[in-house]
Amino acid sequence: MFQINVGKLCNQTCKHCHVDAGPHRKEIMTRETAELCMAGLRQTLIPTVDITGGAPELNPNFRWLVEQSRELGRHVIDRCNLTVLLLPSQSGTIEFLARHQVEVICSLPYFLAEQTDAQRGGGVFEQSIDALKRLNALGYGQPGSGLLLNLVYNPVGAFLPPAQHAVEADFKRELGRRHGIEFNSLYTITNMPISRFLEFLLRSGNYERYMEKLANAYNPAAAAGVMCRDTISIGWDGALYDCDFNQMLELPVASGMHVRDFRPELLAERRIVTGEHCYGCTAGSGSSCSGTTAGLR
Amino acid sequence: MAGYYHQDDLAHFADVGRNAPELWKKFSEWYAAVFAEGALSEREKSLIALAVAHTVQCPYCIDAYTQSCLEKGSNLEQMTEALHVASAIRGGASLVHGVQMRNSAAKVSM
Repeated sequence: MFQINVGKLCNQTCKHCHVDAGPHRKEIMTRETAELCMAGLRQTLIPTVDITGGAPELNPNFRWLVEQSRELGRHVIDRCNLTVLLLPSQSGTIEFLARHQVEVICSLPYFLAEQTDAQRGGGVFEQSIDALKRLNALGYGQPGSGLLLNLVYNPVGAFLPPAQHAVEADFKRELGRRHGIEFNSLYTITNMPISRFLEFLLRSGNYERYMEKLANAYNPAAAAGVMCRDTISIGWDGALYDCDFNQMLELPVASGMHVRDFRPELLAERRIVTGEHCYGCTAGSGSSCSGTTAGLR
Repeated sequence: MAGYYHQDDLAHFADVGRNAPELWKKFSEWYAAVFAEGALSEREKSLIALAVAHTVQCPYCIDAYTQSCLEKGSNLEQMTEALHVASAIRGGASLVHGVQMRNSAAKVSM
């Protein structure tokens, strides 16, 4: 996967955010860096471009990156917070995403407002439901449409996520019954002890217990499927990382390579930079940008 | 204020097995089998365990199964209903003995 973090600007300030993203952030990928990303992508046969942030749609080069990636025949993922789609400045974004068959992966920590708003801010649940209905109306999440709509579940607190298949079944039943919303799949992602979630762990006195929980839940099968093994993560400034979490911890790839010097053959052989936070991806059934990892390899 | 119960002690539960290792082994295996997915889901079993924990008022179990219920995808609405189920049974068990009270009173009363 070719994952591009286009910046830390976001219209939300979620409590678990490992990016520490928000409306006050100024780190935004420039057009020059975006062009370097596409030049790097052209050197590879990587099938998927995963655009994340912040709220990637707020980057002025977002649509250009989508168009360029699609022209190269790559599948594109938009990591979407849903509420951004309702901003007046984002009028037409849903239609744009559908036109380019962009896969939308969006966060919804629970099918009830209390938990969702506790993590993502007051009123976010209601706006998220509105956005999901608009996506459904254009065919997203509908069987046979080819427009993939996947949800991401993050625990709203210092505990591990439930079994992915079980919580996916809950969400399909409850979102369908309560709101008439359909989606394709749900991914569970473990909260990483980084940035705002780390601050929460320390502030609430949960840090040691949570880290112990992650370490005790180490699963070698999950470790075999971690996303850093087939992902390159590009920062807003063009620096390369093994994953988005390393990016936020300012741990670049071992060689220190920048996207302007992109050498896929060297990256394919690289030693991945690890740290204690990696226990988040190897706990239980494993965690990645595409959900659980145990049994995938 | 210090008390008899300490949250960190839960992590030392297995120490109880040191002086009777065979019994601990049997208990552990049985316990794991009880909570495995079966006719009831793991979540349903965690909710039952949480309810029973309140009935026997075990702070270790309340802590452990609160976490377990959340990690099995449950929420405070479900967990609170489970607590009420436990409370209703406990309250009802007291109340139904009132029949015995009434029988006893009837026997000696004119």
